[in-house]
Amino acid sequence: MHMADALVSPAVAGTLYVCSAAAAAYSVKQVRMDADTKKVPVMGVMGAFVFAAQMINFTIPGTGSSGHLCGGLLLSALLGPYAGFLTMIGVLMIQCLLFADGGLLALGCNIWNMAFYGCFVGTLLIWRPMMRKGMSRAKITAASVTGCVLTLQLGAFSVVLETLASGVTELPFGAFAAVLQPIHLAIGLVEGLITAAVLVFVYEARPELLDSPDRETREGRFSFRTTMVVLGAAAVVIAGLLSLTASSLPDGLEWSMERVAGSAELDGAGSVYQAAGSIQEATSLLPDYGWKGSESAAGTAFSGIVGCAAVVALCVGACWLFRFFRKKKQYE
Amino acid sequence: MDTLAARDQWVNHVHPLVKFIVTLCYIAAVVSFSKYDIVGLAGMAVYPVAVFILSENSFLDSVRRLRFVLPLVCLVGICNPLFDKSTVMLGGMAVSAGILSMAALIMKGVFALMASYLLIATTPAETLCCAFRMLHIPRILVTQFLLTYRYITVLLEEAERITQAYALRAPGQKGVHFKVWGSLAGQLLLRSMDRAEEVYESMQLRGYRGDFGYMRERLSFRWQDGAYLIFWLGVILLFRVVPVVSVVGSIV
Repeated sequence: MHMADALVSPAVAGTLYVCSAAAAAYSVKQVRMDADTKKVPVMGVMGAFVFAAQMINFTIPGTGSSGHLCGGLLLSALLGPYAGFLTMIGVLMIQCLLFADGGLLALGCNIWNMAFYGCFVGTLLIWRPMMRKGMSRAKITAASVTGCVLTLQLGAFSVVLETLASGVTELPFGAFAAVLQPIHLAIGLVEGLITAAVLVFVYEARPELLDSPDRETREGRFSFRTTMVVLGAAAVVIAGLLSLTASSLPDGLEWSMERVAGSAELDGAGSVYQAAGSIQEATSLLPDYGWKGSESAAGTAFSGIVGCAAVVALCVGACWLFRFFRKKKQYE
Repeated sequence: MDTLAARDQWVNHVHPLVKFIVTLCYIAAVVSFSKYDIVGLAGMAVYPVAVFILSENSFLDSVRRLRFVLPLVCLVGICNPLFDKSTVMLGGMAVSAGILSMAALIMKGVFALMASYLLIATTPAETLCCAFRMLHIPRILVTQFLLTYRYITVLLEEAERITQAYALRAPGQKGVHFKVWGSLAGQLLLRSMDRAEEVYESMQLRGYRGDFGYMRERLSFRWQDGAYLIFWLGVILLFRVVPVVSVVGSIV
């Protein structure tokens, strides 16, 4: 699933670098909070273990082919999601630089597609909730298989989206997804079973090595401020990047209007309409989601970000007013 | 790669941060070409060709590394002629747009890979880590990168011993039987964990307190490094902005 540089445009690569860097910065902060100098050497050796384990060919019964274990979920189950994520970044950096497996510019995409989903989604949404009431062989197997299948599906879907957003392929979305998703479903099942076998062995031999929800109770809880920052960053990314691919086709209302009236925008007759129209024209900084007189992609992206900021400001203002009047009413 | 990077070549002595920035800018410039512009892309070959000659690296070695990255690029590229059946004029000839975009995609993949190969073949891992630290990449990440890199060979040897021992006890069997998946890889994992403990203890005995020096004091920025950076950034910008190949072709 490693993406090459040729499959991503600089805009997509940059965006995913920013997203991965944000997740890495948060993980570094969490690992530093542990103040455990022992963790870094363990992370280093475990990263090397993932490489070594890739060398072992696990025969898949009845097929004659072989599979490998899922690094992200395994590392997170042993080191926790944050240290596991950082270890996976190191592994992906070495794969990219030393083994040419994945591109240097596409490293951000590869970190997101493999490490982020494997460590955060796999561990925080599947592993830890399933292990909350204690571990067992069945639970470890179920969590490993579910985690591997889900994270590989998400990763493969991201590959499809990133490649299509980069505009390097003529493959339609449906056909591309139809090729990648089933392949990764099979890979996910096999990798999940191999990972489960290893984790079950560790559980029976040295259960204290496995990550459990009560190991770090503080993890997984976001403060209001963190949540707002994450949501704000996501909104800016979505507004800035996805507005570049905004459809020039009419929206539902415009389409209906075009069918009924023959034009997407009705011409208002009368002085009131004209006056309102001229006020709107004078005050709108970004007509049709672009700079005035500009058809550029940068203008569209900028208008997306400005629009997003305006909506957030309006929403916060409205909520603040609502709270203010509500408190005033309660006080009265 | 360590042997290649440790050679006494002129390019190997260029500051790692400079080489890293040039490589990233080169790859970004290559992938930013339009999907039909193979003529413009052809001009970008100037960087890998020049650095291959200057660093005296083997071109065939880098080609061997393509086997990991080319399958997905080819899978995506090969579909372009099937879905894009329009024609584009190239030098007065009508050419299939799908074929052009496939060729451009493969060229981008090859050039980007060669650039990252040349970076690692001329820069030792320790000095590259120094460049990462200068870019303020967190210490934890850089240390972990270096430790993983150093321990890959150790654990690969261990994995090889285990698989060899298994193969000798199970003649004629391809791969590892599913009944021993867990115990075989699990044993390697537990040994790795124990080794990590030993590594940590020996590092502590040698004065490790959570940080390496990363040779920063030995890596000074020379005027040649600045000239190398400006020269290559200028060349990359020139070939990206001006259709040098077409201009030279029309003159010739």
